[in-house]
Order: sequence, then structure tokens, then C-alpha cells
Amino acid sequence: MAQLRVEKLYKIFGPNPQRAMKLANEGKSKEEILDKTGCTLAINDASFGVEKGETFVVMGLSGSGKSTVLRCLNRLWDPTSGDIYLEDVNVAKADSETLRSLRRKKMSMVFQHFGLLPHRTVVDNVAFGLEIQNEPPAKRKEKAYETIKLVGLEGYGDMMTGELSGGMQQRVGLARALCTDPEILLMDEAFSALDPLIRTNMQDELIDLQEKVQKTIIFITHDLDEALKLGDRIAIMKDGAIVQIGTPEEILTDPADDYVASFVQNVDRSKVITASTLMFDHPQRVVSPREGVKVAIRRMRKMGISSLCVTDGKKQFKGFVHIDDAVKLEKKNEDHTLEPIVQSEVSTTSPDTPVVDLLPLVMSSNMPIAVIDDSHRLLGIVMRSSVIAEITGEESGIPVPAQEGETGAAGEDRKSGDQTVEGSTND
Amino acid sequence: MIDLNIGDYIEAFIDWLTANFDPLFDLISAVATFLIDAFEAGLLFIPAWIIIIVVSGIAWWIAGRGVGIFSLVGLFLVDSMGLWAEGMATLALVISSTLVALIIGIPVGIWVSRSALADKIVRPILDFMQTMPAFVYLIPAVFFFSLGKVPGMVATVIFAMPPAVRLTSLGIRQVQKEVVEAAHSFGATPKQVLFKVQLPLALPTILAGINQTIMLALSMVVIAAMIGAGGLGQTVLKGLTQLKTGLGFEGGFAIVILAIILDRITQALGSANNKS
Repeated sequence: MAQLRVEKLYKIFGPNPQRAMKLANEGKSKEEILDKTGCTLAINDASFGVEKGETFVVMGLSGSGKSTVLRCLNRLWDPTSGDIYLEDVNVAKADSETLRSLRRKKMSMVFQHFGLLPHRTVVDNVAFGLEIQNEPPAKRKEKAYETIKLVGLEGYGDMMTGELSGGMQQRVGLARALCTDPEILLMDEAFSALDPLIRTNMQDELIDLQEKVQKTIIFITHDLDEALKLGDRIAIMKDGAIVQIGTPEEILTDPADDYVASFVQNVDRSKVITASTLMFDHPQRVVSPREGVKVAIRRMRKMGISSLCVTDGKKQFKGFVHIDDAVKLEKKNEDHTLEPIVQSEVSTTSPDTPVVDLLPLVMSSNMPIAVIDDSHRLLGIVMRSSVIAEITGEESGIPVPAQEGETGAAGEDRKSGDQTVEGSTND
Repeated sequence: MIDLNIGDYIEAFIDWLTANFDPLFDLISAVATFLIDAFEAGLLFIPAWIIIIVVSGIAWWIAGRGVGIFSLVGLFLVDSMGLWAEGMATLALVISSTLVALIIGIPVGIWVSRSALADKIVRPILDFMQTMPAFVYLIPAVFFFSLGKVPGMVATVIFAMPPAVRLTSLGIRQVQKEVVEAAHSFGATPKQVLFKVQLPLALPTILAGINQTIMLALSMVVIAAMIGAGGLGQTVLKGLTQLKTGLGFEGGFAIVILAIILDRITQALGSANNKS
């Protein structure tokens, strides 16, 4: 079961939330409710679950209610209606004592503008959460210095926070949130106030950090690229309602409505779409050495294809055979096993490789790319045309000529060739 | 037109208060007298030169060399004009009035900052206290406390308190919302939020309020002299009533000197706090 479950959450701001709530239950729109009651429906029937250790991103434009959702989770704002279960405690109905202990032990928050105490040193800021819990000074400082090290601020502990740059201040904010060792980290546009270079840097560090600390992270952002980069799953909000929840790939490949579609249309899909989306799941194959040349030729002719995967009996990937080689071999009429003509020096890739990294593989060979898992089992193949179609933004499935000089256009600024291409011999 | 004699009602009310709350006024009177006398006795007990050196030292340390030198020369001038005792009496009155104004004003300011209702109630009262001509307080003050230092102090407290309330409230409200939210998000109790976050961050503004309170208290001193509060105000008043221009100016200079020293020191305190 999900660690955090939000069920039918509503938040209404204004003079008469109860009346507005009634209208909302009747299914009236945000505008109608504002017209009739002067109340703003900030969250409209939001439900979602967050798994332990997951990074769950809530994305939306300003005014979509995303920050309101976050503030309801730790009750900085009280929801008008709905339940929020953290394990088996209903946060939405918790009394102030329970709530305080939840905030102290279970969840902590990182703020857009850092929310640091300017009159304190870095270490005293980081130790703030423990200070609130009346931990003895020596103990909380020790833990604070440890956390400062974790976020890469070693040596800055005794500086005042005002002396630090924005990126470093947010590290302090992150350290402060981690210092109480919470289970859930609430991050409210945590990197939005940073300049782009620092922001990217912080995103990478958050991903690294998450590998170490394995917290459940709920991350609010208005930046789709950030959401796609950080999120295991993404919830997209519009006008207080959640429009779609899904993995980055699901959001991109299967947008729930026009709103989401318009959102994602300018995204560089090649960084997000992976080999597993493009591949054919059950490619035609021959099993060597059990099946010989004749079987291979027949199978290719029947399907009208020019090459075939070769695996062994345990589905371990061996290589490809090309029809020309197979026909030549058959004419020699000597040996009927496939061994001599299997091209084993072909490109392989893992299912979660983004398309942009498949491009160099495609460029260097005229064979399809085999998708294999960690134990070298064949999962599927990616056709060269699918990669090119994905990158050029065409519908996939359109045959593309073998010579692709200008197809790199969509992925222009990506570093190519960081993927090692094994044996790119062409023939 | 309707003929409303509001003055009559107020008189009746004041009479009623005097008749029914005498013990309370006696208590206030006793506390105030004790406070002022203690400060005055203390300031007069210490030899003038020690005070001059100590105050100049403090001024130098907190507000820089210029203010230090000014304090040394200024206080020496007050002593050589023969106004030392009056100066110390005024200082005692200012210190005790400020103290009381802050003891009342800062908590009220905190209360006002946290409750919209409190703000609605207190704001017009503060407006009244600040805009009502200072002389007018003197009349009921005399009724309740008769002549002397106590009514002077009471009038001074009323006159000087509003900035302490207003700037405390302002300072707390100006604390960045996210910082307060952050404190709450870590499970701070309201008391912890107040003492660990709001008050420390509001301190520069609160200090500015304290500075204003001191300045207003000092400016009230001359007026309080009219009901026998003594001190430098009385010197000025004597100059005025007896047409002794020189004496009046001497008293005036002494007040200005005290004002500048107090102002510069408290202002420096505020801005030093701002920097960190």
C-alpha cells in the first residue's frame, strides 16, 4: 500500500468555504463557484498515492493549486475536505499534538525561497528541526555537521546563511530538512529560484542524494523538464484538479487530454522516450544451433524482412543474420548451422536507454538495435526507422532511407558517442 | 443642531474613576515613584565624571568615535552649565517611562501582530494616543495622581508607547512568510516560532520602535514639567515664565544633548542588528 494516500482532497479559500464545498460536490466549475460564493476552489478533488522511496512530482502552472496541495500534506494549510493518510494516520484530521509530532519526525519541507534564518549560522539553521525537539546542543550539532557534509557544504557550517549563494542556501534548506531524518521530504519549487545552471546542478545532486538517502520525495514544480528529470511519477494539475498521473514516459506518449498534450509538445522527447517504448516486443528470431539456415530464410521470406535475431535456447542474444548471407550459405550447400554467418558484433542496448543515445548506434550500422536485459536476454529490437522517426518527430513506422545525413537535426546539441558502440562494422 | 456636551460626560467619567479606583491609582503611584526615585538616586549617587566616562565609552563602543566624543563634550557641558542634577532627573524620568512603555507596548505589539481583531481594537486607540495634544493628558493625570513626577511619567508613558506597539507589530508582520512557515513545518510550537524566529528577525524594527519611544519620552519632558515633573523641563519652563532667555536655552541645549546621545546609541544598536 502507498505510504502516503491523498483521497478526495479539497481546499477552498474565501468567505464561505462550506457553501462553496457544497457547490463543488454538485460538480460546479471553479468559475461558477467563484461567481456564486466569492470562494476560490484551490484544490478540486485531488486523489493520489505515493509509494515509499518514490519521487512524486506535482506539476502545474502558477495558480494550479500545486503548492496548496503540498501545504495541505503537512497542514500548513488545513484542507477543506478530504483525507490524507500517512501510513495509518489521517493527517487531515490529526489534532495539533499529533500534527506536531508528524512534522517533527515524519515529514519536513524545503522552500522555494529557502526560508532560512538569516541571523543564524549554517549549522544552527540545519539543526533547527532538532532544536525544536529540544535535543541537547552537542547532539544536534553533531547530526547537523553530518548532514551538512551529505549535501556538500562541508566547511561552511560556521558561516552565516546570508553569505552564501542561492544554490548553497538551498543546500542548507535541504540539509535542514534531512537533519531530522524524516520519511517524507516535501519540496516546494525548491530549485525554481535558482538560476538555470545551478538548478540543473541541484537536480543532478538531488538524484544522487536520493540514491543515498532513499526518502519519499514530493516535489512541486512548474518546470516540465524538471518534472520529467526528477519524477518517478508525475501528477499534472490544472485549475486545482489533477489531470493526469503517470510516469514521465506515459505523460509524453499518452497525454490524458489536450491540456497535457499542449504542455508536452515542446519537450525534447528524445531524452525521455526510451528503447523499451520503441522496441518490438517479440521479434522474429531463430534459435541457433537448433534451427538452421533454411528455417531462417523461410522465416525472413515469409515476413518480408531482411534480417533476423539469433538467440540460443535460453533466449540469450547471439546476433543477427542477414538474408543475403543466409542465401549464400545455403547455395554452398555444406553446413546448415547459422554459426558462420551470425553477425555478433552488432549494437545492443538496455531498455531504459533514451532515444537520443540510440541515435549514434543507428548511424553506425544498418542492422536493427537489439534490446537486451542485464543477463543478455533478448527483450526486443528497435528498428532504425523508429529511432529516426522519433527524433524527427514523425509518426513512427514510416520507412526511412538508409542514408541519413540530416536526421540528427532534432537532437542537435546532445553529445553523441558517449554510448560505446561495439563492433560497428558495416557490410 | 444638537448640543452635545461631551466634555461634561468625560468630566463625570473622570470623577467616577477617581472616586472608585483610588486604590489602583495609589498602587500605580507607589510603583512609579519607586521606579523614578530609584533611577534618580542611582544616577545622582554616582559621581558625574564616572557617568560621563561610562556613557561616552558605551557611545564610542556602540555608535563609533564621533558619538563617543560628542557624548564626552556634551555631558561635560551639561555639568558645567550647572544642570547635572536636572539632567539626571530628566534621564531618570525618561528611562522609567520608556521602561514601562516597553513593558506594556512590546507585548501589546506582539498580540496585535497575531490577531486581526486585536489590531482592529488597538489601532484607533494608538491613533488617539498619538494625535491627542500631549497637554490634554496632563489634566486627568493630575486628577488621578495630583502634581509631581508620577503624573508626568504617566503622561509620558501614554505619549511614548505607540511607536513601541506599532513597530513591534510591523516587525513581526514583516518577517518573511516562508521563514515562519518553515518553523511551523518542523513542528515548532507557537512560542518557539515567536522566540526563535519572529522576535529575532523583528528585532531591528523593534529597536527602531524603542528609539522612537525614547525620543518621544524626552520630548514630553518639558510638557511634564508643567505639572511638576521637575528636571530640565522645569529649567526651560522657568526660563519661559521668568523670561530668562539664557536659562531657557541652557535647559534646551541640555535636552538636545541628551536626545542626540540617546538617539545615536539606540539607532546604532538597531542597525548593528540589521547587518548580521
